[in-house]
Amino acid sequence: MMSTTIEGVPPDPMLERRELIQQVAHKTLKRRMLRSRVVVGLCGFALLLALIPLFAILFSLVQKGLRWWSIDFFTKTPQFPSLLYPNDVGGIANALIGSLVIDTLAAVIAIPIGVVTGLFLAESDGQLANALRMTAEIMTGLPSILLGIFAYQMLVIGFHEWGIKLPGIGFAGIAGSFALGILMIPIIIKASENALRSVPFTIREAALALGARNGVVSRKVVIPTALPGLITAVLLALSRAVGETAPILWVIGASTVVTWNPLHEMASMPLQIFQSSTSPYTSLRAETWGIALTLVIIVLFLNLGSRLLAAWLRRERR
Amino acid sequence: MPDPLLAERGKLFSVKSDWAYLLILYGVSGLFALICVVFLISVIVSSIPAWRHSGLSILYGRTWSQATDSFGALPIIVGTLLTTAIALVLAIPIGIGSALAIVHVLPGRARIFASSLVELLAAVPSVVYGLWGLLVLAPWFEKTVEPDLADITNGHWPFNPPFEGVGVLLAGCVLFVMILPMIVALSRDAISVVPNDQFEGALSVGATKWQVLRSVVLPAARTGIVGAVTLATARALGETVAVAMVIGLNPLFPHSLFSTASTLASTIALQFQDATPLQVAALGALAVILMAMTAIVNWIGRRLIQRSGAQAQFG
Amino acid sequence: MVPVLVTQTPSQEGDVRSGPVAMRLEDVAVSFSGRTAIRDASFAVPKNKVTALIGPSGSGKTTLLRAINRLHDLTKGAVVTGKLMLGDTDIYAGGIPPTLLRTRVGMVFQRPNPFPTMSIYENVVSGLKFNGIHKKSVLDEAAESSLVAAALWDSVVDRLKAHASTLSGGEQQRLCIARALAVEPEVLLMDEPTSSLDPISTRLIEELLGELKSRVTIIIVTHNMQQAARVSDLCAFFLMGEDRAGEQIEVAPTRKLFSEPDDQRTLDYIQGRFG
Repeated sequence: MMSTTIEGVPPDPMLERRELIQQVAHKTLKRRMLRSRVVVGLCGFALLLALIPLFAILFSLVQKGLRWWSIDFFTKTPQFPSLLYPNDVGGIANALIGSLVIDTLAAVIAIPIGVVTGLFLAESDGQLANALRMTAEIMTGLPSILLGIFAYQMLVIGFHEWGIKLPGIGFAGIAGSFALGILMIPIIIKASENALRSVPFTIREAALALGARNGVVSRKVVIPTALPGLITAVLLALSRAVGETAPILWVIGASTVVTWNPLHEMASMPLQIFQSSTSPYTSLRAETWGIALTLVIIVLFLNLGSRLLAAWLRRERR
Repeated sequence: MPDPLLAERGKLFSVKSDWAYLLILYGVSGLFALICVVFLISVIVSSIPAWRHSGLSILYGRTWSQATDSFGALPIIVGTLLTTAIALVLAIPIGIGSALAIVHVLPGRARIFASSLVELLAAVPSVVYGLWGLLVLAPWFEKTVEPDLADITNGHWPFNPPFEGVGVLLAGCVLFVMILPMIVALSRDAISVVPNDQFEGALSVGATKWQVLRSVVLPAARTGIVGAVTLATARALGETVAVAMVIGLNPLFPHSLFSTASTLASTIALQFQDATPLQVAALGALAVILMAMTAIVNWIGRRLIQRSGAQAQFG
Repeated sequence: MVPVLVTQTPSQEGDVRSGPVAMRLEDVAVSFSGRTAIRDASFAVPKNKVTALIGPSGSGKTTLLRAINRLHDLTKGAVVTGKLMLGDTDIYAGGIPPTLLRTRVGMVFQRPNPFPTMSIYENVVSGLKFNGIHKKSVLDEAAESSLVAAALWDSVVDRLKAHASTLSGGEQQRLCIARALAVEPEVLLMDEPTSSLDPISTRLIEELLGELKSRVTIIIVTHNMQQAARVSDLCAFFLMGEDRAGEQIEVAPTRKLFSEPDDQRTLDYIQGRFG
């Protein structure tokens, strides 16, 4: 690619530039390629780093927690380790059932409010709807401990002030459900609005053309069509609520016995982990791994379940 | 992810609905709005006695003591900002790097697999993070990491002893792991919508892969990435349980990276139990500060994500 | 015969095939994960002329084009066989690193793809900067030269710092042409560069090609027969075979291909019987 100089003909600036460019490009090539390989390699390394904690946590959970799993573990109530039997800590039946009751109640509160509000947002447009949507967005981002404060103020103190007779001093499982319910609602609103909006308007039109009123149409046609999406929304919210500790920190009290009554003080798995992790008893501390493993399995179940459902949905829609 | 059928909006009033239906929709949505408003008010109202007692000194006072009912939250605010900063310093490079790797280094199937793994990390409950931090990381930090760091820097600030395992550094690291999935997932979204056309365009004038990523892809994804980091910041600011378990709860100014400290959320969590009414109000004041911080940061983050999404659709 | 406007005079016909050669293709084939997309591409690309790759969609023309600047390196499972010679070097046999190759073989894409976060000036000189040239005087010179060549200089001279997205579609495509020209490539590949543009911009760019070819050798893929007839000196016609792989049917100077093609299938195509 040499530019030959011919007598009397002025050098072509373009050709000169071309040579210069090729020269510089050649010279810098090695350095550029090396840098590219190194940096891109670092990115891959970053990804590996990002995955290490996941495996480390799962490893610890399984290694330290699996040994606690037994029939007794799931069916017995806790006991304080005694001098004679320092490793006998009983089980976590109280926490298990407590979580079950509190979370189910929370879902019962949250689902109707969440789905119907989601329906409202899916149906309407304008300032009001936008404001509501923004509110829901902001609520999903708030630290969950604030909800605990709210539940405490409203219910624990409220129960007290309004003279509602509770078996205990004001703490109750239902207060926890209240807090968790409020946690779940904005999540359900967001996801169900999306699910309902993705039902093609033509389906609604068809039903309306048959003479049905809008409410009936929604109930009998739109919601059933969006049902898988709605279930995904609920599962997602539930997977979040099941693992939350902060909202129920000081509102559900404590209980070492299994109780199905939400007006009672109750135990809950995440709370149990929180409290036992700082226990002076070694065996109780070790037991928290078993509880943690149980909790993680349940949460992963719900989370994966919702994601698989969403993926199946997407495939069905094609 | 961008909404598929945003065009199908606003049909409620274009179709005649019966009053019962409207009543239910408006009623329930109104109930939700009411709950939110009552929530906001109750948090603010619960803190009033504290503001009356200490005034604005809550924000800049340096002593937080329940024994003397003095409520200066500055060390707590500093603790909150410090732990969040540590988490961000670690999470931003590793998070963005991972996102780049997922989109531009991994082949197709591995991409989905890696993304799912990272998102799995997000599903782990905070209390389990706290447990792992407390029982696994803290001893390791106390015996190995912190002494090593002090060795390397000759005990120079901020790496000076004593080593307790729990403390600011550990809390920052646990927060880092917790916000990482958010940054990776959202950055990945932002990076993957940069059109392949542009990638090829840059390649075609002789750029190396990294040059393309740095000069074309990352700038184009900039808004989304900043949004991701902002949302992650809000999350870190408000994280309660995991931090409470590993920070040691000490409402004094942290004097080194290894010292114990407090954050807004963890203080509320741990002191609520035995608090007198005035102290409850003080914790309520912390809650108000926390709420304001996270709400603003969250709002900024969501706007950024929205804008980057809109760009991707029309740009 | 089909009345088609041909830009060559009869005397130029002979020149096309006998002049210097910029690139040579011999039995080039591209396959993706075992499935062949195009094969049997063999022809010489004459220097400083416009060569058009034509044929109905699916005939593998774009695939072939993208093999020339090694864009298929990015695709997993893509295999390119045969000989692709740029001057004396085989592009694929390890003669030239792809990054360097792409400074000698530039590309303009179907849809304009200026870098959205860069200004007009930065877009044009981006190639130079990538390759390590940062001296302002050189950059300014190259920017002006390529923008003039792309017939864009007058429109943008007073807003070089403006964002590329402020340009219209046709202007953006000319910006991309300027960007590709700035690194002074020997060959410019164009993948249906006007198919997303309005007729006026199309016309402008077609006129541009006539002037550009004195500066670079051009290979253009187009599904528009009339465009090929208007702008090209040499035409290569491709068709999708029964095995769903594209194959080269005929290569001839434009005038000849459009008036007296050797192959019946070529005749069918230009008479509009399919595609």
